[in-house]
Amino acid sequence: MPADFVFTDEHDELRQTVRAFLAKRSDEKAVRATMVGERGYDPEVWKQLAEELGLVGLIIPEEHGGAGYGPVELLIAMEEMGRALLCAPYLGTSVFAAQALLTCADAVTQKELLPKIASGAAIVSVAFAEPNGRWDVAGIGLRASGTGANVTLDGEKTLVLDGLCADVLLVVARGDAGLELLRVDASAPGLSRSAIPPLDLTRKLARVRFAGTPATRISSGDQTSSFERVLAFVCAALAAEQVGGAQKCLEMATDYAKSRLQFGRPIGSYQAIKHKCAEMLVAVEMAKSAATNALFIAAANEPDFVEAAALAKAYCSEAYYHAAADNIQIHGGMGFTWEAAPHLYFKRAKSSELLFGDAAHHREELAKHVGL
Amino acid sequence: MPEAELRGRVQKLLAEAHPERTDSITFRRKQFEHGLAWVHFPEGHGGLGISPKQQLTVLDEIQKHSKVVHHDPPVSTIGIGMGAPTVLTYASEAQKKYHLPRIFSGEDIWCQMFSEPSAGSDVAGLSSRAVRDGDDWVVNGQKVWTSVAHLSSWGMLVVRTNPDVPKHDGLSYFIVDMKSPGVTIRPLYQITAEAEFNEVFFDNVRIPHANMLGKEGQGWRVAITTLMNERVAIGGGGPKKKGAGGIAQVVQLWQKRKPGALSPAQEVIMRDRVTRAWMENELLRVTNQRARAAQKSGNPGPEGSVGKLAQAEINKRLWELAIDVLGSDGLAFEAGYELRQSGFEGRTAEALAKYQFLRSRANSIEGGTSEIMKNILGERVLGLPGDPRVDKDVPWKDVPRS
Ligand SMILES: Cc1cc2nc3c(=O)[nH]c(=O)nc-3n(C[C@H](O)[C@H](O)[C@H](O)COP(=O)(O)OP(=O)(O)OC[C@H]3O[C@@H](n4cnc5c(N)ncnc54)[C@H](O)[C@@H]3O)c2cc1C
Repeated sequence: MPADFVFTDEHDELRQTVRAFLAKRSDEKAVRATMVGERGYDPEVWKQLAEELGLVGLIIPEEHGGAGYGPVELLIAMEEMGRALLCAPYLGTSVFAAQALLTCADAVTQKELLPKIASGAAIVSVAFAEPNGRWDVAGIGLRASGTGANVTLDGEKTLVLDGLCADVLLVVARGDAGLELLRVDASAPGLSRSAIPPLDLTRKLARVRFAGTPATRISSGDQTSSFERVLAFVCAALAAEQVGGAQKCLEMATDYAKSRLQFGRPIGSYQAIKHKCAEMLVAVEMAKSAATNALFIAAANEPDFVEAAALAKAYCSEAYYHAAADNIQIHGGMGFTWEAAPHLYFKRAKSSELLFGDAAHHREELAKHVGL
Repeated sequence: MPEAELRGRVQKLLAEAHPERTDSITFRRKQFEHGLAWVHFPEGHGGLGISPKQQLTVLDEIQKHSKVVHHDPPVSTIGIGMGAPTVLTYASEAQKKYHLPRIFSGEDIWCQMFSEPSAGSDVAGLSSRAVRDGDDWVVNGQKVWTSVAHLSSWGMLVVRTNPDVPKHDGLSYFIVDMKSPGVTIRPLYQITAEAEFNEVFFDNVRIPHANMLGKEGQGWRVAITTLMNERVAIGGGGPKKKGAGGIAQVVQLWQKRKPGALSPAQEVIMRDRVTRAWMENELLRVTNQRARAAQKSGNPGPEGSVGKLAQAEINKRLWELAIDVLGSDGLAFEAGYELRQSGFEGRTAEALAKYQFLRSRANSIEGGTSEIMKNILGERVLGLPGDPRVDKDVPWKDVPRS
């Protein structure tokens, strides 16, 4: 049955609440102040997001201290966060780690870690990507050696979202059973972490090295297909964030085109600019459809979710990038300056495009799924 | 001039000051004195009054005898590319004698102060004011996006001397000593976190009347000389060798890409994109070559006007591609974003790609936006009707501004 895309009053309220909160706590000034800090987020804001808004544990079931909401609410939250360029470990902890735990981890670990995430007490990061630059499960080469619950790790993970400030790392590695999820605590011996200077300052990345580092198995059996779904889920959420960013770029560009005069006329009265804005609108609406579709399908537990997520990540990546690039162009020289906001969105857009696989990667996934 | 004679002159220069044993400024001073700076300029002003195409012979002869070529220092582009031809056309003999050798040698860096916060594409709409006071003009106002102002000794300045006439008629053009009292230069940081450009504030700055180029109210005509040369300086250049320049860097990144990062299907797609970029860059080179040939034959066609627009758009695509070739590694920006005034430091291929990915966003803005270039192509080259103008025949002071 096709999804019906109906948003309830409660949904609208959620959007208003999140938007109002972010307008206050993640305005441009706050973003600029936070992005240059080492931690990359404001603990005070994180606490409020957890305790007052219940957003940190949005998709975590109530029994584990979360809000017990689903993908549709996540769609709304991510759109708003993308729009406000929120600097926070949300994608890494509240989406990636929470979903990985919910999908792959044993009950004991879920019971321990999910409430810590939901309350904002712990930052949990997933160490997935490796220096080979691949974003698919088949690209995982890190070996978990040893049998039983306790193993050791030697090797490197990279592009770990909020990896530097994480209290717990969930490591995806290859063991005898296949793909496994392991747990490494921040204090584990032989663990070293370093910040990766990011193209996009608003999202922190780290490199993590293991040298005989003890880890605990928290999954049983081969997690390959489960983890594929986790990745798809993160991509769908990221696509929603991209939609919010693209929407904001469209609004910035349109507002500027209405107020900036050259040759005695608003620049938006020139068709070159008007058409650019109109094309952005078309792309943003298509992107919104792609993300909405993916997360409603996730909510309905439809089997074609992985396919819908690939479509969303592929389309939204390009739509956001082009909207951000056109936003700079429409702002002219102003758009090229550090002091104006367009470059912040441009960098977020490019890095979001590359994160978890670029558009070509996801189009290829999609092609496989639909049999092209 | 016969080729052999010109080569002989270059050899005389090399005998007097060999580039390998002489610093850049001294060598270029000598080159100027020998009339080998801009061979098409008049004798005594750095030239020999011969065809500009013979400049290539000069370079060729220097390169034959020396591994060191004192290239135009990159910061001097504005003075050499735009300042010199403007000075040559409009300045007094004494000013030419003073400035041209100093511009060519790189002793003096020049900047161009046309744009203002409310006047970018619409340069002629600018609001900075100059008022006559005895032998001086007194200037007040603000310029913006002024490249290398912080390094400059001299600036080309357009200001409004009459607000009561239509905008193009009320402008005058000056050259201004950047050390004049009342000139304040503030760095303006860019998307790269570097500041190549600046804001420049004029607070009762006095400029001698003798520094006006052209007559009072003719500033627009002089500015056009500068702007035409700007587009040539930006658009026309480019590598002369197949596969050289930025595309070589991207090809290198492609050849050194991580094995296995791309699936076989993606390899094919990416290779097609690299090939496409290679084609575009090659055709840009050939188009520039056609433009030069047409100029020589005295029949310049549309190929010249196409350069700036094509180059801007092709260059942006080239560096976007570079980041995509880097893939996951493109997520890192090792240089960091510490705010600083720009140097022109060397960069590794990967660092260059990342810097250029950000820097190239300006290509379709600086020196005329791509939208403006398209209007020019449509109207001047193709003869299509222009937009209705609301600011024509209206006194400047009555035109709405933001
Ligand atoms: C890196 C860099 C270096 C620079 N260096 C210098 C310098 O050294 N000296 C100097 O004087 N200036 C310099 N500039 C300024 C540059 O010339 C202007 O930024 C440029 O002309 C555009 O003006 P603007 O920024 O005011 O944009 P605007 O004119 O406000 O344009 C905004 C948008 O509207 C579009 N637009 C405007 N008019 C029209 C129209 N009629 N039809 C269709 N579209 C239109 C533009 O294409 C653009 O997309 C520099 C700019 C940059 C980015």
